[in-house]
Amino acid sequence: MSSDVAISVRGLSKAYSISRGGVKHSTLGETLLHKLKNPFERAKRETFMALSDVNFDVNDGDVVGIVGRNGAGKSTLLKILSRITEPTTGQIDLYGRVGSLLEVGTGFHPELTGRENIFLNGQILGMRKREIDAAFDAIVDFAGVEKFLDTPVKRYSSGMYVRLAFAVAAHLNPEILIVDEVLAVGDAEFQNKCLGTMKNVAKSGRTVLFVSHNMQSVSVLCNKGLLLHNGSVAYHGEVEGAIARYLANSGTTSRQDEAPDLRPGTGEYRFTSVSAGRQYYDGGDDKEIKFTVQRRGTSVGAMYFSAHVLNELGAIVAQCDSRLVGDWFEDSANMTGSFRFTTPWLKPGHYRIDMFICVGTGLVDKYEDACALSISPVLPYRYTVPWDGLQYGTVFSDFVWEVNDKLADNRDGNSNADATNSGHPDIRHPDSRQSLAESST
Amino acid sequence: MSQIAASPLKRPHLSIRAGSGFVGLNIAELWQFRDLLGGLARRDVRLRYRQTALGVLWVIIQPLIAAGVMTFVFGTVAKLPSEGVPYFAYAFASLLGWNLFASTLTKAGSCLTGNANLVSKVYFPRLILPLSIVPSSLIDFAVASSIMVFLMFKAGIQPTWAMLLLPVWLSLLLMFALGIGLYASALMVSYRDVQFILPVMIQLLFYGSPVVYSLTQVPDWALSVYMLNPLAELMRDLRWSILGTTTPPDIRWVAYSAAICIGVFVLGAVTFKRMERRFADVI
Repeated sequence: MSSDVAISVRGLSKAYSISRGGVKHSTLGETLLHKLKNPFERAKRETFMALSDVNFDVNDGDVVGIVGRNGAGKSTLLKILSRITEPTTGQIDLYGRVGSLLEVGTGFHPELTGRENIFLNGQILGMRKREIDAAFDAIVDFAGVEKFLDTPVKRYSSGMYVRLAFAVAAHLNPEILIVDEVLAVGDAEFQNKCLGTMKNVAKSGRTVLFVSHNMQSVSVLCNKGLLLHNGSVAYHGEVEGAIARYLANSGTTSRQDEAPDLRPGTGEYRFTSVSAGRQYYDGGDDKEIKFTVQRRGTSVGAMYFSAHVLNELGAIVAQCDSRLVGDWFEDSANMTGSFRFTTPWLKPGHYRIDMFICVGTGLVDKYEDACALSISPVLPYRYTVPWDGLQYGTVFSDFVWEVNDKLADNRDGNSNADATNSGHPDIRHPDSRQSLAESST
Repeated sequence: MSQIAASPLKRPHLSIRAGSGFVGLNIAELWQFRDLLGGLARRDVRLRYRQTALGVLWVIIQPLIAAGVMTFVFGTVAKLPSEGVPYFAYAFASLLGWNLFASTLTKAGSCLTGNANLVSKVYFPRLILPLSIVPSSLIDFAVASSIMVFLMFKAGIQPTWAMLLLPVWLSLLLMFALGIGLYASALMVSYRDVQFILPVMIQLLFYGSPVVYSLTQVPDWALSVYMLNPLAELMRDLRWSILGTTTPPDIRWVAYSAAICIGVFVLGAVTFKRMERRFADVI
């Protein structure tokens, strides 16, 4: 094995066996009873390949962003690399000490104090006691919880909690670091701090595998990209290539083939189909998502729906929870419905919708990436500008610029500037639309 | 499933293969994670009595109350003989051993499902979880033993050389408890029924072992079956070591019990290791 290879993966597959047909037994009694009633029935089990024949090498010091839709196998891959679960076939060689961080604050106990949790969490992540001793001050400093070291973490604010948890992990100091979407927690300032820490880890020549849905983080952090699609490697190379292919893919492929029972949630109800009313909308249109829901378990009583609208970078543009508008729904065997929403003028591009069914006690179905819709490249503004005038932001705003005459007077010289004539964008005026194609290319 | 092998390079080399067949216990790896074992044990001890007014006193109060109730019911009402020592001291000595066994078994049985988030998110040798229970069980035992010393002093019981054999009985009790606990915890990952079966089983064992009564009370015709329970001999030996009771160990039954306890422990550990690879997928 050449000395500059940090991770080598050959012929890796992972099969999960899932039961089909909705009859699930979670207790011995049910299993026995079912066996007694149907002695000749063969168990209907289906094999689901979470990963199939994955091959790749990672060199020392590479920072690899692993991207792909939900269900593409990213988390399974990380779990196998961190030895939490075993591969079905294949072989992996890791050269260097491996530290993996699949969740921030695993093993944190609310009743233990900050100090106690630092030690326990460090040990759980594989640190020796003397390593934690050595890094202790740095950890406390990073998290900024000095005053609360001897307070049980259940009294911490959620921000402090996450900071402390990440601080421990940040001082793990492995040669190979495996990180799963941990930056999705915490406020923006803290996320930047985490990102900075990860950059430092990467700069110090260590090898990092990083899973994220946030393409911005991936492009900032990583130099290599690995795109997974349906359990196989669709692309492995420079990070730009992986992101471009990921974005090109999203929003086009149908997802009806996925087994609903694999999705998170208790599963009494599952979305069976979700589709956008039209493939293309203009940014300011009323948008509609049609869905059907099937009952697969016992009645759960009143439920509510929620939807997240995400842009290409993975940021949630809107959260539409039916509780906010006072809508709860009674259950019935099969339901069809629609979800209509208005937004500020969305920037052109692909959007994906995550759909949720919840009851008071928790999540029933979480259908990530349930459907996609595209916003046509039409702008609400009257004038065309070069690309740099449109580059930033998530939505197009209806705005007015005014220059105050008095201020202008004070500056003697330019008091005659034509203030009132600067363009009012007459938003949603059909005649004022410009094609984005003209302005961007 | 995986092992750390010495590599020609200085860096550790970890190789992961799709595994099959027998998996060794990998003592070396367990040793690497000994800090985690200590950390988890410390967590258990700290958490148990946190936010309680009496704190660690409960370790003493609980067996005292239990021994008191037992003395009233079995000593005073049922008038069971206690081999020549005051019934309270007799019951307390029995409970020392019984509680070590029962609490270790109970906690070991639920150690995987109780730490499901750890099992599904972090790698460490899973055996650490059940093994980390032993220190806290032993601490409970040690604290309660101090009361035992006081009781012996009060009843005028002189310690004998037999006390030197106490660690042997305790180790066998622990192995028996861990062996069943390992098997139960692995089974509980797939079948949560085990959490309901286990307490019933422990309750049956309590009455099926000479805890509140002495072996001499068991009729001769039943003995050959009764003694198949390794706890029968171990409870007698434990009391003999502590109280210097008049019924010394029967060497043949000691050998049998030791074989069963060690056998159950090894079988439990092997089963646990074999089912270990499925834990994260099923839990």
